[in-house]
Amino acid sequence: MSTISAPDIASGRLAPEDYRANFGDIHPPLDRHQALVESDRCYFCYDAPCVAACPTSIDIPLFIRQIRTENPKGAAETILSQNILGGMCARVCPTETLCEEACVREAAEGKPVKIGLLQRFATDVLMETGEQPFVRAPSTGRRVAVVGAGPAGLAAAHRLAMHGHDVVIYDARPKPGGLNEYGIAAYKAPDGFAGAEVDFILSIGGITVENGKALGRDIALSELRGAYDAVFLGMGLAGVNALGLDGEELPGAEDAVDYIGRLRQTDDLAALPVGRRIVVIGGGMTAVDVAVQSRRLGAEEVTIVYRRDRAAMGASAYEQELAATDGVVIRHNAQPLRLVTEGGRVTGVVFERTRSEAGALAATGETFTLPADMVFKAIGQKLVPAAFEEPGAALTLKGGKIAVDEERRTTLSGVWAGGDCAATGEDLTVAAVADGRIAAESIHRALSAA
Amino acid sequence: MADLRTEFVGIKSPNPFWLASAPPTDKAYNVVRAYKEGWGGVVWKTLGEDGPPVVNVSGPRYGAMHAGDRRLVGLNNIELITDRPLEINLQEIKQVKRDWPDRALVVSLMVPCVEESWKAILKRVEETEADGVELNFGCPHGMSERGMGSAVGQVPEYIEMVARWCKTHTRMPVIVKLTPNITDIRYPARAAKAGGADAVSLINTVSSIIGVDIDTFAPLPTIDGKGSHGGYCGPAVKPIALNMTAEIARDRETRGLPISGIGGVTTWRDAVEFMALGAGTVQVCTAAMTYGFRIVKDMIEGLSQYMDERGFRSVEEIVGRAVPNVTDWQYLNLNYVAKAKIDQDLCIECGRCHIACEDTSHQAITSMKDGKRHFEVIDEECVGCNLCVSVCPVEDCITMVPQTAGVDPRTGLANDRPYANWTTHPNNPMARPAAEVVAEPAE
Repeated sequence: MSTISAPDIASGRLAPEDYRANFGDIHPPLDRHQALVESDRCYFCYDAPCVAACPTSIDIPLFIRQIRTENPKGAAETILSQNILGGMCARVCPTETLCEEACVREAAEGKPVKIGLLQRFATDVLMETGEQPFVRAPSTGRRVAVVGAGPAGLAAAHRLAMHGHDVVIYDARPKPGGLNEYGIAAYKAPDGFAGAEVDFILSIGGITVENGKALGRDIALSELRGAYDAVFLGMGLAGVNALGLDGEELPGAEDAVDYIGRLRQTDDLAALPVGRRIVVIGGGMTAVDVAVQSRRLGAEEVTIVYRRDRAAMGASAYEQELAATDGVVIRHNAQPLRLVTEGGRVTGVVFERTRSEAGALAATGETFTLPADMVFKAIGQKLVPAAFEEPGAALTLKGGKIAVDEERRTTLSGVWAGGDCAATGEDLTVAAVADGRIAAESIHRALSAA
Repeated sequence: MADLRTEFVGIKSPNPFWLASAPPTDKAYNVVRAYKEGWGGVVWKTLGEDGPPVVNVSGPRYGAMHAGDRRLVGLNNIELITDRPLEINLQEIKQVKRDWPDRALVVSLMVPCVEESWKAILKRVEETEADGVELNFGCPHGMSERGMGSAVGQVPEYIEMVARWCKTHTRMPVIVKLTPNITDIRYPARAAKAGGADAVSLINTVSSIIGVDIDTFAPLPTIDGKGSHGGYCGPAVKPIALNMTAEIARDRETRGLPISGIGGVTTWRDAVEFMALGAGTVQVCTAAMTYGFRIVKDMIEGLSQYMDERGFRSVEEIVGRAVPNVTDWQYLNLNYVAKAKIDQDLCIECGRCHIACEDTSHQAITSMKDGKRHFEVIDEECVGCNLCVSVCPVEDCITMVPQTAGVDPRTGLANDRPYANWTTHPNNPMARPAAEVVAEPAE
């Protein structure tokens, strides 16, 4: 036997029922009784703090009251009129830092109303009917191009379609949905929910989706501006930040985003290879998502290493707790120094301990090595400006993202932007939906005035 | 442990908690279970005339009014008096009284308005050695269509007549149970007293339709597509019962007439309230039907704690204690000023006080201060109405603070003005001079 063990990467580490359990619904939905009991807890606050905390400003007290009066479809309409992806947001929103943190019951007794689960209850009831509650206005004959079929693009397209405009969505990937389909952790939206929600959104009519069409590769911004009355850019962040270390292109080192995308698209989780020892570099939601899902695929030792302290982590406290519950070890204040490679493979990472000094990160010189069968890079995504940079078409950037005004107008006339590619709020599904809706209303105003 | 023993019209019970005449007291099995849990007494479910037993519907008999979380706050029923043979009931009553001599056992009765009918049944009840009888002049459904129950209770002359017959034909104490389905409860109470009744008990159930099925458009509970009004009881009727109890307790003609208080008694606190307004015992039904007989343990223990803490040596000391404080509106002190105050440490900023005041009352609570969410009473606008206290979800967060010094910024009048009521108010065209202290309530 060799002293250097071969990387232990294997598929089928678990029994079939374990995969089902591990990737089933992480928050089982409320049944009717549970929803009625929970809805009773809402105080129907005046100028409710939960609404102010919601990026899409859903009238939360109203929809909860509608659940209470056994009108869940009405509740869903209240939700969806502000946030057409209310079903997905109910599953993926970090409610503990948004509506539920603001809930006065959190102040009163440390137990907010379960707004996210109530939202899911209502939207599930409506979506099970297969009905589209919104009616398309008579066709205006105006055409709008939307780039990206993720939350921002879908929200924009639905609202534009409602106003009677014809929409064509271009998306680089084979399926629409964006990060809902390819990015978020499988256990947050199981059973093909992302796809079902896309179908629901498109059922309003007037929206065409062109898959496999990437901006800058298959289509050009100048073409779109010429062919359409308005353009909405919502293509997200296609670039992945690199570690900048030798060997990161070798087998054994993977982009977390790519791996999660494969995991989401596979028909058979047991066929997906996973290492026995995993190291994840990064501190955001993607880092937690890849770490937890690796564990749930059967990895034995999963360690997230983040260069700053706990407070600076992008992953919410809830996500960190989830990781801990799943047996993921989170190590703070250590940055990757170099990758250990053997036989043309990455087999470990050498980290250097850090400390924060007056806000800046300082290296201490102390190092440690973590052996790994797989190393996941999850240190953030970035905009790829080359996709829309053309002569004479100057989109101003701000902090590496597309600069927009309050109405999500870019510096280029006739072009709006929103979601992760735009310099707006946090990179959250719900923030992207808000951008899409706000931009669509702005586009509609512009087209109506013209 | 305080002494909870009660003597009501000569009927002794170890505590003032009796079960009202209703389904829980329809047979020995239930009554014995109740006694085992500690109930001080029961009023046996109403017996009717000898003969073919009463027939009940075999569909739903109850309908419910729910508050949040399906808490049952009101119950309505269309059940009739006992549908078991008279003889069996009498045998059981006799046996139970023999086995439980320390507990009160009163028998509820309802027979046609014929003297011989009352005379006959009283004789048979006497043989059981029960402690007393309660005349059911209250049931608003079913039996009333046959000239009994509330059909009698709504006519003071009948009440007086039947009460007199009963007093004539039995040595047992006679309690008259009153229906609330009348305009002024004092008239039937006076009639009962005039007829020689030893006590009144109230209230019986309130005529009600508990709800309508909005799919079938039939009243609830629905019997084969139809519904009939029922009798409403439970926590929701308590305020009605308290008022009627107080009206009888403070009426010049019926003052001192023993009262057994009924209507939504669910906790020991409810019981204390009824007693304070003049009830010597309380009768319970809905609470038992909701939670079972063991709730009496909390009632007994709670009352005992309360009495110990307040230094009351007997239940008698509570009875009627609030009656002197019940008056007519015209004698309320119009110079008394109170203002709401919001405890900012307790406030959870739900804003319900603000919107209630802003939309429906006096625009006396802020929603913002220095650009931030903040709820504070504006003394210049606050009339002291107590609506904000009523809608606030947090206990004691908003309180009504009596203003005893300085000037009310709303009216510009001094806060320490002496007592003055409507009878002497300059705006009252009927004002009569020199009526500063009026102890006697008006007719």
